Amino acid sequence: MSANGWLQFAVFSAILLATVRPVGAYLCRVLEGEGTWLDPVLRPCERIIYKLCGVNATQEMSWREYAYAVLGFSAVTLLLTYLLERLQSILPWNPQHFGAVSPDLAWNTAASFTTNTNWQFYTPETTMSYLTQMVGLATHNFWSAGVGIVVAVALIRGIKRTNAPTIGNFWVDLTRTLLYVLGPACFVYTLLLVWQGAPQNLRAYVTAHPLEQASQTQTIAEGPVASQEAIKMLGTNGGGFFNANSAHPYEDPTPLANYFQILSIFIIPAGLTYALGRMTGSPGHGWAVLAAMFVLFAAGFSVAYWAESQPYKMIHGATQASTASAPGGNMEGKEVRNGIAESALFATVTTDASCGAVNGVHDSFTPLGGMVPLTNIMLGEVVFGGVGAGMYGILIFVVLSVFIAGLMVGRTPEYLGKKIESYDVKMSMLYALIFPLIILTFTAVFVLLPNIGLSAITNPGPHGFSEILYAFTSGAGNNGSAFAGLSANWWYNIAMGWDMLIGRFLMMIPVLALAGNLAQKKSIPPSPGTFPVNTPLFTVLLVGVVLILGALTFFPALSLGPILEHLLLKAGHLF
Amino acid sequence: MHSVAATTIDSGTQVLPLESQGERRPVQSVWKTAIRYTLLTALLFGIAYPLIMTLIAGAIFPHRASGSLILRNGQVIGSTLLAQSFTSDRYFHPRPSATDYSSAADFAANSATPPSGGSNLAQSNAKLAQRIQADIDKLQAENPGKPVPIDLVTESGSGLDPDISPDDADYQASRVARARGLTEDALRKLIAQHTEPRQLGILGEPRVNVLEINLALDAMTK
Repeated sequence: MSANGWLQFAVFSAILLATVRPVGAYLCRVLEGEGTWLDPVLRPCERIIYKLCGVNATQEMSWREYAYAVLGFSAVTLLLTYLLERLQSILPWNPQHFGAVSPDLAWNTAASFTTNTNWQFYTPETTMSYLTQMVGLATHNFWSAGVGIVVAVALIRGIKRTNAPTIGNFWVDLTRTLLYVLGPACFVYTLLLVWQGAPQNLRAYVTAHPLEQASQTQTIAEGPVASQEAIKMLGTNGGGFFNANSAHPYEDPTPLANYFQILSIFIIPAGLTYALGRMTGSPGHGWAVLAAMFVLFAAGFSVAYWAESQPYKMIHGATQASTASAPGGNMEGKEVRNGIAESALFATVTTDASCGAVNGVHDSFTPLGGMVPLTNIMLGEVVFGGVGAGMYGILIFVVLSVFIAGLMVGRTPEYLGKKIESYDVKMSMLYALIFPLIILTFTAVFVLLPNIGLSAITNPGPHGFSEILYAFTSGAGNNGSAFAGLSANWWYNIAMGWDMLIGRFLMMIPVLALAGNLAQKKSIPPSPGTFPVNTPLFTVLLVGVVLILGALTFFPALSLGPILEHLLLKAGHLF
Repeated sequence: MHSVAATTIDSGTQVLPLESQGERRPVQSVWKTAIRYTLLTALLFGIAYPLIMTLIAGAIFPHRASGSLILRNGQVIGSTLLAQSFTSDRYFHPRPSATDYSSAADFAANSATPPSGGSNLAQSNAKLAQRIQADIDKLQAENPGKPVPIDLVTESGSGLDPDISPDDADYQASRVARARGLTEDALRKLIAQHTEPRQLGILGEPRVNVLEINLALDAMTK
């Protein structure tokens, strides 16, 4: 570890916290239908979209209608991506003449991008045409990010409204998110990335004749990288244009670009905490939630940075100390320009959120360093979290915290003037239980199948178990990062597809049901027995609930994987 | 005062009353809207957005938008952002690549290695310890007594890391100096010139771009 590493973390935190208020306020304006400075250009576009799609923008939806729209839209986008992959060989913008993607892989990938997971069992630069990348995958990044944001906003509306039968209009929310937030931000962000060196073109791959041996050609994969990279990070999607994801110098060319990338993962989720406070008329609550997130984020980074800075004890004759002229530490799978600190920071942020982009190989992290991303996903990606998904995830934990506080003092739990009753707690617990259920079931099944499950792993011993556990955790959590040694086969493609779809939509429906139920409740004034949700005490309770729920559920699995691996490695045991 | 038990059992305020409120729209209108909306936004964000960005990026940053390629005598010799293989003693070597530096073979069907990526080997995997130790032993035979910087013997995440640490370059300096008949001091000076500091003073790590310093070497001794 170095002072400069900690300084990078401190500067990152300061910049992030400075963006919370302006970003949150802007999100509020967009989602409350207020005017923005982009109105002169975008307002007409918005109206045209409603007209062409037959959307009645003034008609609001009940939670069931909202859920139908979410599911219907997601199903259509899934189908489009599947068809593009299957038909890419006869469609334009395929300069490398790639054939059709196999049905199971196309299904896995379509499910992966529909659910904002962006798990990649394929090698992009040898599988996907530019058209598939642009329309099938990059556009899906916009769609799935937008869907996440609008579901979170629907839940916030549910908390805020009283005696209301509706929670907003899905198409209006989605259109405004795409046009006023994601679109303009990606426009600027793409240019920043190209400025730092990310390519943006549509031409065929270049054959280079290297300096030393011109006959041994290098093939340089090109493409519309920067435009896809922008939404990949901002929408917490994480599906790389290249196999190496953000470790690839074309995706993430400089430390500054890397900083942009990390910041852009968190910027919308962090802003949403301010939007929560402002839209519910309780700014202190937004900050209390943000504080809980920040504590968990700082803890995750500290462990990952410490673990990755440790020397590898199984070799001798190398210098592994961090100095002003060498990164030191565990450099296997990491890039020199990023070093240890920015790699640990990236890994922490990408799994705190449901992004899943990687700028280093998580599989090659130290056992404890690699446990941080895994644990972050297991906690439900509520530390800032995915765009929208993190917000509705943490709100589930907020409801549970309020409920537990109510149990402790023997009062009816209330949350911002709403009584939390049986139905609300049931929906929250449904959300909290579906997640571990699919992860642990799928992992258990695949670990028991030597020819199907175990044959796919790269690293033997407890780390192999971690690879399978990480895959299903990442899928269910819609993260998409991987212990990438796990190789695809038909069974994994199909199972992971369902893992991701259940982890997205079966968890989204209880959220919308909760939103609908809260919206139609009446508001009750706070009483002396009301547990305040804008105090440090609440922050502590929220952190406690997140950690306890995660630990109780996943500690046994973690102890069979990374914890066991750490202890054996410390004792000098290799596999 | 209500007890928690009393209120949580009460499920009278469920969402069912919502059914009767507001106009109900037929479910098929959701599909119709969804299909139109998907196609329209696919055009906007899947086609128009990347094409417009390609045009603008190409106009403002033509060199970078096309991949920071280096041309010599009309032939592309590589990209400053991507490592390429160097094995002779006359050149600085990049970090080892798990993917053969994106060679043409990486793109062949059923290639064992993808064009980019890391080794995915875990620290508890004996293969990793053996590989690193073998590389260290080989280097120490050439350069006895000098500890090897760790980035010289670890494979990068992309397999295309264009940079090495200044310590790594320094470690290789005596070999290159011998092969080219240059003094080590001249090489140290060259390394210092090509050491890119942390960006904005704090971001990332100091680094030396291997292709650029090798081009400079060729220019020096020609």
